[in-house]
Amino acid sequence: MELPSKYLQEAVEAIASLPGIGRKSALRLTLHLLRRDNLEVNQFANAITSMKENVKFCDTCGNISDGPKCNICTQSKRDQSVICVVEDLRDVLAIESTQLFQGLYHVLGGIISPMDGIGPSDLNISSLFGRVESGKVSEIILALNATMEGDTTSFYLYKKLESFECKVTSIARGVSIGDELQYTDEITLGRSIQHRTPFEQTLSR
Amino acid sequence: MSYFWTKEFPVILNELSLINFKNYSEASIEVCSKVNCFVGNNGQGKTNVLDAIYYLAFCKSYFNPIDSQNIKHDDEFFVVQGGFDREGKSEKIFCGLKRGQKKQFKRNKKEYAKLSEHIGLIPLVMVSPSDSELILGGSETRRKFIDGVIAQFNPVYLDNLLNYQKSLTQRNALLKSFSENRYFDEDSLMIWDHKLAQYGEPVFKERNAFLEEFIPIFQEYYGLIAPENETVGLQYVTKLHEGTFLDLLLENRQKDRAIRYSSTGIHKDDLVFELGNHPMKRFGSQGQQKSYLLALKLAQFEYVKRKKTTKPMILLDDVFDKLDENRVEALIKLVSDPEFGQIFITDTSQERIEPILKKIGKEYRLYNVNEGAVELI
Repeated sequence: MELPSKYLQEAVEAIASLPGIGRKSALRLTLHLLRRDNLEVNQFANAITSMKENVKFCDTCGNISDGPKCNICTQSKRDQSVICVVEDLRDVLAIESTQLFQGLYHVLGGIISPMDGIGPSDLNISSLFGRVESGKVSEIILALNATMEGDTTSFYLYKKLESFECKVTSIARGVSIGDELQYTDEITLGRSIQHRTPFEQTLSR
Repeated sequence: MSYFWTKEFPVILNELSLINFKNYSEASIEVCSKVNCFVGNNGQGKTNVLDAIYYLAFCKSYFNPIDSQNIKHDDEFFVVQGGFDREGKSEKIFCGLKRGQKKQFKRNKKEYAKLSEHIGLIPLVMVSPSDSELILGGSETRRKFIDGVIAQFNPVYLDNLLNYQKSLTQRNALLKSFSENRYFDEDSLMIWDHKLAQYGEPVFKERNAFLEEFIPIFQEYYGLIAPENETVGLQYVTKLHEGTFLDLLLENRQKDRAIRYSSTGIHKDDLVFELGNHPMKRFGSQGQQKSYLLALKLAQFEYVKRKKTTKPMILLDDVFDKLDENRVEALIKLVSDPEFGQIFITDTSQERIEPILKKIGKEYRLYNVNEGAVELI
């Protein structure tokens, strides 16, 4: 596709470099931007550059933050002794929206996958051990994706955390609330049967 | 869960119609509920009839994995339809494929959302000369064979197997990156060792348990086809007989690092086919190999039948291929037992097959196949 302007061409290529956007969508978005006011487009561009310049990662948990500490780590009323380990910001938001977790987070920024060239040293793991070493932590909750790579990363962390005096737990896995058993896949259902819980525990929630 | 619905009643094919399927422009065949035999010269389309039936059962060709190549040359689409009797109800199975489009699979005019929902509805075993790959080919074909049987009624097995493959790829990628970047991290390797063990051990146990049950069935069938005092065996060869998975991985760690991939595990398992304690691959005659394969296939379906309590249909392609008349007679007699369902046979010679069919005395029909036309004799 030959475009009549090299500026347009550059903009289309920039937008098409985003994940999930092909050349046709990129052209449509670029033409849309072209029709907008100068001011609006400047604000749009500024929003992106200032985001890149100013966003920091929390010293403690690795979450995205505007200052050296994120606004979860700075909340003094949160339980400092429980740390929930997640893959990225999206998981933090998901767990926060349950409003049932009052502890702190630790964001790894990825999971171990040698195929993609990601090893433990590429992740925000060593600072987790630092936090546990401080001795204030009583429980680590592993809340990684229920995929094989997620499980492997959990296992790695568990092995590394074994020597510390701190409880390591994993979030429960099983039938989704509101789901019918007959539509649940065999693997999940099998796991739910094996890891069944005393009924009283299901009452309190 | 297909097997809840296919209890005890055999599935019977009544009519088959083909449009532009392989060498057929248009054909419509009515078949009987017991033995159906297609005779004709080479290249006339005998096997294609069996393949069409196989297609209706497994949504793919037994011989050619590329769907579009099953369309008649220079045509745009093919249609295969079958009218079946299942538990006293009629079932119309439709399969259509247009070049460049997704294939359509319908049961009683209703399209399936997933093809996997259909597989299992029509239990069937195909025996073909191309099966010799199982004896002569690499260990992968034999692993595929047992995996295929076990996975039919054990979804957890399949899941373990897929996860094992994934973990193996990850472990191999890690071994490679160790050597490329000249470093070694024991903990990183250890987590993948654990994954291999976690998924591999149950696969090993299932394969072992399966073969324990399967081997006696298999030997019984071989005895029925080959009446002489030939003894056959089937050995499961795996390093896991010698120790736990984790120990094996640890033992081979230095080697794995040197060769940059995982040298032990269930992905190296093999089956050794034996004839009187010697490997069948080297010491079996072609006829003995063929009998061995037949016994293997029949035992496979006996096993599936026990698990699913259903009678499979049997397709015997080129039945005289490498077998003498005594063995063919024993075979046809065996499969026309009420234990088995409907039978479809192909052979090049009417004079050779008809006396055998008469001798057995079951209901049978003979069809002549000539240049893509099928006629009842």
